[in-house]
Amino acid sequence: MNWNTMLLMRQEIVLTIVILVLLLADVFVTKDKKTVNYIAIGLFAIHTLIGFLPLDAGSLFGDSFRTSPLIFGFKNVLNVGVLLIIMQSASWLNSKMLQYQKIGEFYALIFSSLLGMYFMISAGNFLMLYLGLELSTLPVAALAAYDIHSRKSSEAGIKLILSAALSSGVLLFGVSILYAANGSMYFANIHDNLGHSYLTIMGLVMFFSGLAFKISLVPFHFWTADVYEGAPTPVSNYLSVISKASAVFILMFVLFITLRELKDIWTPMLYIVSVLTMFIGNFFALRQQNLKRFLAFSSVAQAGFIMMGMLAANDLAVSTVVYFLAIYIFSNIGAFGVVQAVSIASGKENIDDYNGLYRTNPMMSLAIMIALFSLAGVPPIAGFFGKFFLYTSAASQGYYALVFIAVVNVTISLYYYLLVVRAAFLRNSETPIPYFRSDLLTRIGIIIVMIGLFFLGLYSPFYDYIQEVSKIVGI
Amino acid sequence: MILGVSIYEILTVSTLVFFIGVYGFVTRKNLIAMLMSVELILNSAALNFVVINKYLFPGNLEGAIFSIFIIAVAAAETALALAIIINLYRRVMSLNTDELETMKY
Repeated sequence: MNWNTMLLMRQEIVLTIVILVLLLADVFVTKDKKTVNYIAIGLFAIHTLIGFLPLDAGSLFGDSFRTSPLIFGFKNVLNVGVLLIIMQSASWLNSKMLQYQKIGEFYALIFSSLLGMYFMISAGNFLMLYLGLELSTLPVAALAAYDIHSRKSSEAGIKLILSAALSSGVLLFGVSILYAANGSMYFANIHDNLGHSYLTIMGLVMFFSGLAFKISLVPFHFWTADVYEGAPTPVSNYLSVISKASAVFILMFVLFITLRELKDIWTPMLYIVSVLTMFIGNFFALRQQNLKRFLAFSSVAQAGFIMMGMLAANDLAVSTVVYFLAIYIFSNIGAFGVVQAVSIASGKENIDDYNGLYRTNPMMSLAIMIALFSLAGVPPIAGFFGKFFLYTSAASQGYYALVFIAVVNVTISLYYYLLVVRAAFLRNSETPIPYFRSDLLTRIGIIIVMIGLFFLGLYSPFYDYIQEVSKIVGI
Repeated sequence: MILGVSIYEILTVSTLVFFIGVYGFVTRKNLIAMLMSVELILNSAALNFVVINKYLFPGNLEGAIFSIFIIAVAAAETALALAIIINLYRRVMSLNTDELETMKY
């Protein structure tokens, strides 16, 4: 074995080093624990920059770890997302967790979870996929219960760990059935000798349900709202974007490449799940008062749109879904970032509390307006282009009825996104949230998100690059 | 391989254990009982892997290795879940899901 091929795992190795250095730093910094924040963010920023250096395609460990330009690029998108999230979480840690000296673990857990996602999206067999999935889920459950003095946080943690354990159990049972049907764990071998028996169909359905828990598609979305509301806001942010995006990514690859022979089974399945997810996510979002629950149901509805884009099952579907995921990461981080900044400054999380926010905090109101418009898909902002490409992908294979349903759903979603914007801009309040100035890192994070939201939509080479690397995947 | 026992009997047992686990997870009101139900589900999957490997594909060890990983990860999962349950018990002094739940639709 040539040691140079180990460099294909460069991102994983660098991230492991970052975690180890961070744990050491947490031990040795005893006086001012606030510095740990800056060490963690600095190390991760270096890791993100190193991640952009070019990397070869190839596979390791007998094909159980693969990397390709698309996987590599997606890891970079996840890196940028996590960097923005930890920049916003520093102020929460400083204000709530500094008194218990619990700063370093937060970053160590969030980076371990990211490491799990790396392994999950580069997986070449089901064993690697399962280990990556668990490594990405368990730290998040610990993070959801991070605020151990809050009852809601513990409740969110127990709900997340129990539903995650159940879902991975269902997924494993499905994998064992697929193993029984063809005798191999490797994606490439399964693709070659996959029969069309009832056994494989049952395996497919159970595998899909296991991952659907992570993406919170509709029959499996019950944990979403409670966990997002109870968990600390940076953790809800992480769950709603990074965790969901990587689960969508690997689901797409397993369905499109490994289980391609069963396309006539999973196409109607995705169709029904997509319609249900859009409608139920949107209708439950309409009646929410708490902004974190509201964003939870909005993220359920967005997952429905992603499933619509996946239906085409060709390289166009891959590129549109990845492009949409990148934009969705930015929009949701923007929305959660503002909610979190307001929550730290005033402790308020309800939509009615935002009445008159524009008069006291114009920049914050503008930021949440742009992020919500991007989620809804209003033209000049990136979210519109993401949704538009998803429609293109579905319409190119003739799913016109589904595109119509999706447009109806966008209209519904525009209504409830505008409720928040109306509260902030048009309504007045006797006691508006007083003026506050969030710390520097949060402001930089929100500004980067805002620039990204215009840039990703209007800068076309970004989409061209994704389209180009999706063609190499070989679907 | 066990003499006189075919793969059908063992797979029936593991499927039964799986569905007992799902039923327990849905109906039980106690957090520890729910955790035990999840363990049943994970163990039924591990049993499946071993049996399928032994009876259908005795040439390699993929299934047996997978089941070892399942056991190790399930232990980590249980440890974490118990830690969270203990913390929740300190806050609420109860393990009944009806009394624990504050967030609802």
